[in-house]
Amino acid sequence: MPNILIVEDSPTMRQLLSFAMKRIPNSTVIEAADGVDALKKMSSAKIDIILADINMPVMDGLKLVSLVRDNPVFKSIPIIIITTEGAEEDRKRALSIGANAYLTKPIQTHELLKLVNTYLPTGT
Amino acid sequence: MNKAEEFLQMFRKGEEFTKDLLKENESLRYKIAHLEQLIERSGDEARTKIYEDRIALLEQEIHALKERYNKVEEENKDFASKYLEVEEENNNLANLYVASYQLHSTLDFSEVLRIVLEIVINLIGAEKFAVLLIDDKTHELVPVAREGLDMESAPTVKFGDGLIGTVAKEGQSYFADDMSVNPAFDPMKPIVCIPLKIKEHVIGVIAIYTVLIQKEDFSTMDYELFNLLAGHAATAIFASKLYTQSERKLTTIQSFLDLLKEKPR
Repeated sequence: MPNILIVEDSPTMRQLLSFAMKRIPNSTVIEAADGVDALKKMSSAKIDIILADINMPVMDGLKLVSLVRDNPVFKSIPIIIITTEGAEEDRKRALSIGANAYLTKPIQTHELLKLVNTYLPTGT
Repeated sequence: MNKAEEFLQMFRKGEEFTKDLLKENESLRYKIAHLEQLIERSGDEARTKIYEDRIALLEQEIHALKERYNKVEEENKDFASKYLEVEEENNNLANLYVASYQLHSTLDFSEVLRIVLEIVINLIGAEKFAVLLIDDKTHELVPVAREGLDMESAPTVKFGDGLIGTVAKEGQSYFADDMSVNPAFDPMKPIVCIPLKIKEHVIGVIAIYTVLIQKEDFSTMDYELFNLLAGHAATAIFASKLYTQSERKLTTIQSFLDLLKEKPR
């Protein structure tokens, strides 16, 4: 029963990602509008994977990645960044601070599902 | 001739007869052996024939199995490609559903414009673009929302003027052959221009100037989204605009009525 946290300020994108993630058997999708909201949701549910945007109000995706990696409880949760930022330096930066994978928008659903399945712990 | 000679002659004849018999016996043995060999050989040939026939049959079976295997493999490939097609179709439908659902989820004008921007950025992958609506009084296309452009760069265009004005006038989408970025930004020359239409009535356009660097080309899905935007975004924008106006008028009338009620005191 994997719990998937989607951190995205755009409701359209959140709904689209949620749609895609519901195709993973028995998955539960939890939505957050920004980094702060995500941290709140993480404290109330066990999260198996995080899909996060970079450009968000209040707390952006990169700050969220740093905070998650610095937290002993959350640090092992896989994080996939989904963003419009397609430059190589943005990708390198996100991966260097601890993101596991980096996808650019517009996303290909099959590609995202494949990636999420790679990072989902077996037996969830 | 005496008896002894007679006996010797008889004995010699007996000897010759025995020799003939032995010769005959040897010849017959030889013939029997030869015949036995022949019989044995003919048995081998028959067995070989049987084996050959069985080999031929097995080869035929192998050939038939190979043919069936190839056919099944071909069918599998066909199923795999069909599965991918269905999967892609499914994903595309999900995109269209989400876009349409979001567009019609509110009657707030600014909210609808925000959703249009979100769709164009996240689902199509546009970087610089503007939404222009026709002003009923001036008959000009006026920018109402933009992304990646400052207010001065977003153009105001006369209905029928230039590429944007022509798209609004004729109601036909425009797609540039070359999607590469023009270093000298020209607000009058978008690479894509989509009319926002309610049936045949154009209420505005979406003008896209650049796409995200990772976007190499427009896919079939993008054209579907452009079609969806042309219709659904137009309806959503128009309805929300009318609703916002009527809400504003209602508030004004309500204020007047409240004022009138208060006067007798």
